Amino acid sequence: MLRVDGVTKTWKEFKIEKVSFEVKRGEYFIVLGPSGAGKTLLLELIAGIHFPDGGRILMDGRGVTHLPPEKRKLSYIPQEIALFPHMKVYDNIAYGLKTKKIPKEEIKTKVKEIAEILEISHLLHRKPKTLSGGEQQRVAIARALIVEPNLILLDEPFANLDVHVKSKLLREMRVWRKKFNFTALHVTHSFEEALSLGDRVGVMLNGKLVQTGEVKQVFMNPKNEKIARFLGFENIFEGCVRGDRFVVDGISMKITGKPKAKVGVRPDSIVVSTNIPDMDNVFRGRVIAFEDLGALVRLTVKVNNVEFKAFITHTSFLEMEIKEGQEVFIGFKSSSVYCFD
Amino acid sequence: MRRKDYFDAFFALLGSFLIIYIVLPIALTFTKQAEELNLFFETIQDAVVLDALKNSLLTSTATAIVSLFFGIPLGYVLARKEFKNKSLIQGIIDVPIVIPHSVVGIILLTTFPNKILDSYLGIVMAMLFVSSPFTINSARDGFLAVDDRLEQVARSLGATKLKTFLTISLPLALPSIFSGAIMTWARAMSEVGAILIIAYYPKTAQILVLEYFENFGLKASMPISVLLIAISLTLFAFLRWVVGRAKG
Repeated sequence: MLRVDGVTKTWKEFKIEKVSFEVKRGEYFIVLGPSGAGKTLLLELIAGIHFPDGGRILMDGRGVTHLPPEKRKLSYIPQEIALFPHMKVYDNIAYGLKTKKIPKEEIKTKVKEIAEILEISHLLHRKPKTLSGGEQQRVAIARALIVEPNLILLDEPFANLDVHVKSKLLREMRVWRKKFNFTALHVTHSFEEALSLGDRVGVMLNGKLVQTGEVKQVFMNPKNEKIARFLGFENIFEGCVRGDRFVVDGISMKITGKPKAKVGVRPDSIVVSTNIPDMDNVFRGRVIAFEDLGALVRLTVKVNNVEFKAFITHTSFLEMEIKEGQEVFIGFKSSSVYCFD
Repeated sequence: MRRKDYFDAFFALLGSFLIIYIVLPIALTFTKQAEELNLFFETIQDAVVLDALKNSLLTSTATAIVSLFFGIPLGYVLARKEFKNKSLIQGIIDVPIVIPHSVVGIILLTTFPNKILDSYLGIVMAMLFVSSPFTINSARDGFLAVDDRLEQVARSLGATKLKTFLTISLPLALPSIFSGAIMTWARAMSEVGAILIIAYYPKTAQILVLEYFENFGLKASMPISVLLIAISLTLFAFLRWVVGRAKG
């Protein structure tokens, strides 16, 4: 459906270097990266707002690299949502159909139909600025879907919404996807969005697409330390392999994957307890620091000379009465230890 | 009373000087004229005066329309495009504001010696030169205030550049553009210097005031002055109100 082939672009302080990937028809593809990685610029290149300095963009095998946006048959939802402020919700949704000179009656039917599915029928006569953030996002999605685009481009669509609205929209997005069977390219920095919506994900760091694959696959098997760090592996160790064990600084942990030079463990895979936990990797250590993150507390536990970061809930933090210098056990499964280069 | 209130009061006092300075002469002239109402009524029935007034209104309205026709595209380009020497272009637009208006008359007459002397065209050209910056600058500001994401979304939904301009950018910038056009119109209504040099005839009201003053003195030029103020202010206020409503 969409093929991005070695696309390069420098624009203002952003740059993209030789980015290549493919989105198949019907697929939900996530580009995941921290802010400033060049994600928005990538979408703008695909939308035709900017043109690449090098490389090609193809849709259904047809080169669109230098086509203007209106000739690409895609819908773009920028992070700003960008509803037309001088038009009512109805006219916002109908805009794309009006440009195609579709008969008024047909437009009316289609707008009503899509408004019903997206649960915005009661908003059709309102002006955008009177809507809540979640409502605006629904209208933007309706406006994008109604033209039946080959591809829908979403730039951080849920970034400015509060947690409840966001999780509701995430759930509904999956329903709408089944209903409309659209193809999406969605850029975000949110793991939650990637995990709950994405079929495949491309990780973007510093303007490069560093790893592409099925979402779970990428999250479990980051190719290298940089990607692992971005994907939340806060415990990364360099050591040596001895049989099915990985040894670092006198600590020997059991691993299950194919052994490599480095291993990583997510802080949420580590259990902290005052009793010995029943797991295949258990160590005794000392709490040297803790940091309150709201619902979670991040502990730094020192085992010999190795520091582990672990998340525990606020409740168990209070129950265990954790103080600096306290002795605790940490445990994690061998299957939670991931190996990479 | 606290110290802060003295501060506010002091500034209000200083600030009101200019307001009073503007309002007082207008009010005074009106009051003086009210004492001699017959002279005023005579004037507004005078065919020469009415004709001059008609000329003023026609030429300034024409000027505002021409300034819109050329100013909107220019404002759009200035708002949306980056190009070499953009600041130079921006500077050129502000040039009419710094040239004395008599000089504007001289340079226009030098450039178009026979075509514009004593003609409607000459009046409109003089007015356009001195008043178009208002339309250009407010068109530019109007377009700048339109988020370019809106245009990008419209394009992605299938609208051509022209269609996007007509359905998104222009309607959103229109209140600002009209505010500028009203200023252009008002500035054209009040132009004297350049017109005096280029087109003494066809007689415009602002030139007639000058003529009456020079030939018959202050008292004779007062009724037509009052009339000009009344018409200009009323129309100006009305147009501003219309645009303000459209914005709100």
